[in-house]
Amino acid sequence: MKKLAVAAVLSVSVAAPSVADETANLVLNGETQITVRADAPAHVDGLSEIISGWVFRSDETQALQMDDFDNPGMIFVDEARDTWNEASGEAGESCASCHGEPESMAGVRPVYPKWNEEAGEVRTLAMQINDCRETRMEAEPWGYTSGAMANMEALISSVSRGMTINVAIDGPVAATYAAGEELYYTRTGQLELSCASCHEQNYGNYIRADHLSQGHINGFPVYRLKNAKLNTVHARFKGCVRDTRAETFSPGSPEFVALELYVASRGNGLSVEGPSVRN
Amino acid sequence: MAENVKPRVRVPGTASAGEVITIKTLISHTMESGQRKDDDGNTIPRSIINRFVVDFNGENVIDVQLEPAISTNPFFEFQATVPESGTFNFTWYDDDGSVYTEAKDITVS
Ligand code: HEC
Ligand code: HEC
Repeated sequence: MKKLAVAAVLSVSVAAPSVADETANLVLNGETQITVRADAPAHVDGLSEIISGWVFRSDETQALQMDDFDNPGMIFVDEARDTWNEASGEAGESCASCHGEPESMAGVRPVYPKWNEEAGEVRTLAMQINDCRETRMEAEPWGYTSGAMANMEALISSVSRGMTINVAIDGPVAATYAAGEELYYTRTGQLELSCASCHEQNYGNYIRADHLSQGHINGFPVYRLKNAKLNTVHARFKGCVRDTRAETFSPGSPEFVALELYVASRGNGLSVEGPSVRN
Repeated sequence: MAENVKPRVRVPGTASAGEVITIKTLISHTMESGQRKDDDGNTIPRSIINRFVVDFNGENVIDVQLEPAISTNPFFEFQATVPESGTFNFTWYDDDGSVYTEAKDITVS
């Protein structure tokens, strides 16, 4: 038998700051086109162009997201696929019993958070998932930023990748939108910084070794090289507020739900990317 | 026992003779180093994938010993020039005695 030639490389992930390629375009698995730059929606006064957080990452981090095999976030999507099919709770139901394949969730992620008419409230994806667990499955709710929740959000996002974010901001959600906008522009903490101080006025600049993005959430949940797991939107908000040296709101609080709706709507026009890869 | 362990491999289904192909493998695994302590101060026992082996048509081509410092979900990527059609067999050995396997056929024309 002829010899088979092999060269082996052990890949170890290190988050090294290196300059991002800001002209790069994102295509997933050689087929799914992702919109990483778009005209800012009319309701966002402070930006003319909206840019995905992916653009601001280093070449190596960008590459990890281009192929599902390389994207460590997809490992958690696989775990959620198993969970999707497992019965849980008193009613003996699984997500699959009512929703069929996870692919039936295509189109859900781009419009969340959204108004739930029956409940008369704005619901994030996490709230909706827990509502199904509690009221329909009679199961324990998952922790708002728990691994199980992040994984399920990643699965539901993954089947909408490439679809355009289109979060409603008027009608019954108008008050929530206004509350979120208010929070976004309010300076907090000993450093007296607002979200806008960093993500609107200084995106593209470096803050220590970190390349500041516009802080969109189209890529959530995100796999971070820093902690080798999926991170939820509210956990990220908490980290950013804490960095201003302020007391933060809790994940799942009305304040963070409002902020999520507002921040999501700033990304109207970008594609769903989650689970994305960040440092 | 380690939970949610799932091996995955990607091998092109076909290649031309002499072509350099890229093979990617990943096994989801916590790779608990044995160095960490839990909240009560007790050492969390080591639980890692300690060996990864690839054979092609029965002949060994890669045999790697893994150590506790290797991060979660070990990912191996390597290139190969495949001389003939055949089967790649991938095997991962777990500290707990579990053995995980995958096989992929490739047609060389
Ligand atoms: C017993 C049936 C049932 C089960 C089990 C169930 N759901 Fe639902 N789910 C529904 C119904 C009915 C709706 C739509 C009603 C509503 O909007 O409140 C819904 C809505 C949703 C939505 C919102 C879809 C949209 O278009 O906005 C998501 C997301 C969702 N479910 C996820 C899940 C997940 C994840 C699980 C498993 C953890 C699950 N569901 C289990 C019945 C179920
Ligand atoms: C002191 C500067 C600073 C402030 C203030 C700040 N952030 Fe951040 N934020 C960062 C840095 C640094 C990162 C990581 C690099 C990046 O993506 O910008 C980040 C990342 C993010 C991300 C992840 C983006 C992605 O694509 O993964 C989101 C979302 C975010 N911030 C939202 C917010 C919100 C909402 C606020 C206000 C509550 C806020 N940030 C306030 C510095 C800040």
